[in-house]
Amino acid sequence: MSDKARESQSRPDLRALFLGFSSVGLSGFGGVLPFARRMLVEERQWMSADEFNTQLGLCQFLPGPNVINLAVIVGKRYQGLAGAIAAPVGLLAGPFLVVLMLALLYDAYGSLPAVQGMLRGIAAVGCGLLFAMAWRMVLAIKDKPAFLPFTVLVVAAIAWLRWPMPLVMLGGLLLSGGIAYWKLGRK
Amino acid sequence: MIVVQLFLEFALLSFVAFGGATALLPEMHRVVVDNHHWMNDATFTHLYAIAQGAPGPNVLVVTLIGWHVAGLAGALAATVAMCLPMSVAIYLLIDRWEGFAGARWQKAISLGVAPLAVGLIFSGATLIAQAAAFGWAAWLIVAATVLVALKTKLHPLWLIALGGVVGLSGWI
Repeated sequence: MSDKARESQSRPDLRALFLGFSSVGLSGFGGVLPFARRMLVEERQWMSADEFNTQLGLCQFLPGPNVINLAVIVGKRYQGLAGAIAAPVGLLAGPFLVVLMLALLYDAYGSLPAVQGMLRGIAAVGCGLLFAMAWRMVLAIKDKPAFLPFTVLVVAAIAWLRWPMPLVMLGGLLLSGGIAYWKLGRK
Repeated sequence: MIVVQLFLEFALLSFVAFGGATALLPEMHRVVVDNHHWMNDATFTHLYAIAQGAPGPNVLVVTLIGWHVAGLAGALAATVAMCLPMSVAIYLLIDRWEGFAGARWQKAISLGVAPLAVGLIFSGATLIAQAAAFGWAAWLIVAATVLVALKTKLHPLWLIALGGVVGLSGWI
């Protein structure tokens, strides 16, 4: 089958984009990306596995919420500007309403000791999940002797010295990106 | 006006959110708790926990912060501010960007950004622990979560539910 035939066969309209990404947003607990992959690659086949990895790599490289960036790319690809609006709005609308309902509950019952205890328990687990994620990312860093010092510097500047993050990131990116550029040139 | 202020603060943050909204936790805390005093440490921790327990992208923690600061208008302003700037940038740049795939400067940024993002996530975890003023019981849960998350494939939602139940008992 030619690419064109395949594309016309699985080419989603605006409604499909909105609903497809809504299902991703509402089913994604503790990280939406695995659900996005399942929907895009396996269930609806809007992208191949390779395309997904490439696009995700791009989204992870850019700032901002990865999965929303991904929705913009997929939406634009199939339905232009309207698609690039429908897909991320679909992704966010459902969870946005759920979160607002939880916010109303919190406003009403948040002062109860039991609720505060529950939230502290969840925060402790969330904190553990973040440490675990940071650790996995440390293991994935390439060329650790050159780049791990930057991780340490960021932690010192942000967590300890409480410097403003935009400045830290700008400075860090110039230094660490500069070293990466230099190293790439030497190969 | 507080909604405009909220919008501008979060829009600025969205441009440095390498590693997603999670990486922004320390900076959001600095802005909303330390600088503007829009909420205290306990509330910040609670909102983070609610976002953890809710479905959807992690970015929705900003929706909750916006809600707490300025109601529905605040929730919308914070969410749009966090998502819109990069979405527009990506929409405009994606075609050109794909043509640069593999260029040396692009690889350099990818390589260079990774260690910074790790530092941000790590700082986020540290910050939650500080803001929540965890005692030994909470640290036990943190440690157990790290172990389970790294050693097993258990879905995080089970851990979150378990954390909630343990917390409900009032031990933490």
